[in-house]
Order: sequence, then C-alpha cells, then structure tokens
Amino acid sequence: MNRSIRQSKTVYRLNVNGETKEAMGRPADLLLDTLRTGLGLTGAKKACKNGDCGACTVIVGGDAVHACLMLTAEAEGKPVRTIEGLADSPVQRAFVDHWAIQCGFCTPGFIVKGHSLLEHHPDADDETVEEWLQSNLCRCTGYAEIKDAIQAAKKGFAD
Amino acid sequence: MIGFNFDYHRPGTPEEALSCFRESTGQGLQTVFYSGGTEFLTHARTGEISAGAVIDIKDIPECRELQWDGEILMIGAALTLNELAGSGEYPLLALAAKGVADHTSRNKITIGGNVNSRLPYREALLPLLLADAAAKVAGPEGERTLPLSELVGQGGRLPSGELLLQILVSRRAVERPHFFRKKTRMTKVGYPLVSLAADREGSRISGAFSGLCGQPFRLAQVDEVLSDKSLTPEAQAAEIRSLLPTAVTADQYASAEYRLFVLGRMLHELAEEWEECR
Repeated sequence: MNRSIRQSKTVYRLNVNGETKEAMGRPADLLLDTLRTGLGLTGAKKACKNGDCGACTVIVGGDAVHACLMLTAEAEGKPVRTIEGLADSPVQRAFVDHWAIQCGFCTPGFIVKGHSLLEHHPDADDETVEEWLQSNLCRCTGYAEIKDAIQAAKKGFAD
Repeated sequence: MIGFNFDYHRPGTPEEALSCFRESTGQGLQTVFYSGGTEFLTHARTGEISAGAVIDIKDIPECRELQWDGEILMIGAALTLNELAGSGEYPLLALAAKGVADHTSRNKITIGGNVNSRLPYREALLPLLLADAAAKVAGPEGERTLPLSELVGQGGRLPSGELLLQILVSRRAVERPHFFRKKTRMTKVGYPLVSLAADREGSRISGAFSGLCGQPFRLAQVDEVLSDKSLTPEAQAAEIRSLLPTAVTADQYASAEYRLFVLGRMLHELAEEWEECR
C-alpha cells in the first residue's frame, strides 16, 4: 500500500516551486484550495471551479492541470509549479512586453499554460499554440496579444 | 471545495485496490475507483454524487502500461488522453482522444474514465468499439477478460466493485485505415453534435458514432450501409437514420434535424476521403 489517508485531517508535504511546504488538509481537499488557503499562493485563480476556464492552471509532475480538478493528495510526491514560481520567466516577460494583459484575472493561468507549452514544444507551431491555449479563457478577449506573447517567448526559451 | 469527507487510498497493485474496496464497503462506506477524477470532482463539488472512500488507481503499474504483447496492444486504464494522443501507438484513438475536452483537461482525463463516463459522449470509446476491444477487469471473482462493448457499450457502465485494468486491442485493428471527424456547435472545444470514427478493412467500412443519440454506438447494420457502394451519402444518411438505436438527440446545442444534416456532411467527407474504395 503506497498511501492511505483517513477522513481526519492530515499534513500534506508538497514540493511547490522547488520548496517543500506543509499544509494541513482533508483527503477531499482540492489542490487549488490548498495552494490558496493552506499555502497562501493565490496566483492560481478560483473562477469556474469546473475545469472550464484555465484560471487555476498549475504544472504538476511536468504537465499543466486544473488545480480545481485535482485532489491535494494526488499532488504529493510530484513537483508543483505555480505562477509564483515563474516570476521573471520568458513567458511572463513576453506577456508584459506584448501587453498580453487586460483585466489580468486569467493571466496567471495563461502564463503557466504557455510555460508548460514551451517546456514541451520549445518550437511550437501556430496549430500547437492554438490547441494548447484553447484550455484557457480570457473574458477580455485578448487572445491575439496572448498568442503573440507566446510566440515571442520562444526566443527566450531558446536562449 | 468538496462538501463531504472521504478516505483516500492509493494502492500499488490490483489486489490492494480490491482489498481496499472490500474493507471500505465492509465499513459501510460508498467506495469508488478513481483515475483522472475530473468527473468525480466536478459532481462531488456540486453535491450530485458522494463517496465515503476513494481508491486512486494511478499507482498500479498495470493501469499505466502502454505496450505491445505480441499482436495485442495493452492500454492501461489510467493513461491520460494526452499520453495516448502523443504516443503514436494507436492513431485513430489518438484522434478521438484529442477531440475530448481541452488540452489541460486531457492531462487528467484517463481512457478508463472516459469510456466509463456518465456523460453521453465518451468519444474515446468509438475507436475501441470499431476494434472490438477487450477489457481486462479485476473483481471479487478475480481477473477476467471480456468484450469492452459488453461492459460499457449501449450505455453500460462497469459494475461497482470491478476495476478496469487494461483495454486490449489487436494490431490488425490498430493498423486499419481510419477516419475521424467531430463537429461541435461552435468552438473546437465542446461536446459533439456528431462524432464519427470509421475504419476500413478492404471494402468493408465500419463506423461508430457519438453525439447523434443518447449514447455512443456501433451497429452491424450501419456498417452494412456504410460499406454499400451503391448508396450515395444522402441515401446512407437516410438508411442510418432508420437504424438508429434511439431517437436523435435534440438539445441546447442542436436540433435533431441539424444533427442529421451534420451526419450527412460527414458521410460526404468520408466518401470523398475513401473514394477509391467506392
């Protein structure tokens, strides 16, 4: 048996942005709630809570996931990367340089998804960028600037 | 936030998973096997379902395998749709998997979860129906292998207490020429008005559909119609309409008439793509 957590609270040990962090929680707790409430990492946004909007996107074990659709228990033992861990990253800088921000609420999710995209496909073509970004919604409809920023960030990744 | 508590177990073998299931149900806990968990979490959050114990199968090596055993491709039930789409082992399944939900969700949705979903679409099931895939299942009576369609075809679901370990597909089925189209109402990400997966062996064409009726289906009579070279796509659409297992779906996404129109267009595309065998 690898792991069993009973209904009482437990202490989760998570590797977040390269640091080991502990948070108290229930087996039924969602990763999004643990990050925001347990660890104070509020960059991943709580919006649709249904895996539809992408505002809560984080990278777990190398893949972008909706933190609202993952139990905290599932993230144990895997590296978790949030927007707080991508400060001054090529994608974040490209978003600033290309004004790929309007109200900013969706921005963390887009940056995390874009970072994951370039980790997997450093030379992503337009079709791949389109497919990956379909996971995230921008109610301000700033999609053109966001795609421009991702394309521009490819150079930063290459460097 | 999920408004109820449950035990969480992550076993490393099918035997441990079944032992957990017995123990939890023995304590009176409603127990579910959990793979990607997207559907469970969505409905748990809204209170539509509940559970007293959740058994996460992702650490069971058998459920994470994707490999050939001679002429049989073994597909672990806990493989994500993106893992299958990216593997290149099964091109038609890759196309169908890429049509499900969005890219981020597909990092979590698993093939086992999709074919056993409560949603009426289950598009990853379509290639498996065409392939006459088998299901390797572990349950109270031990392991057994049976046609996947017997378990989850025609609206069926895996019985409670049974764990889908792997889906088994023959090389012959995997390597057939294939066709896949999905039409949604508006955007690429969305539920299908109609999805059609088809494959061909010689001049024999088989098709499986999602979105058209309440459940995905494949029917031998429809395969006959698709293979009949004397019929135009319009005539095929009319014949298929008369053979459908249930009424054509009419909902907020499309009327029944529009779905049938979309089906007709797809059959045209199929005829164009496989013109040489008509």
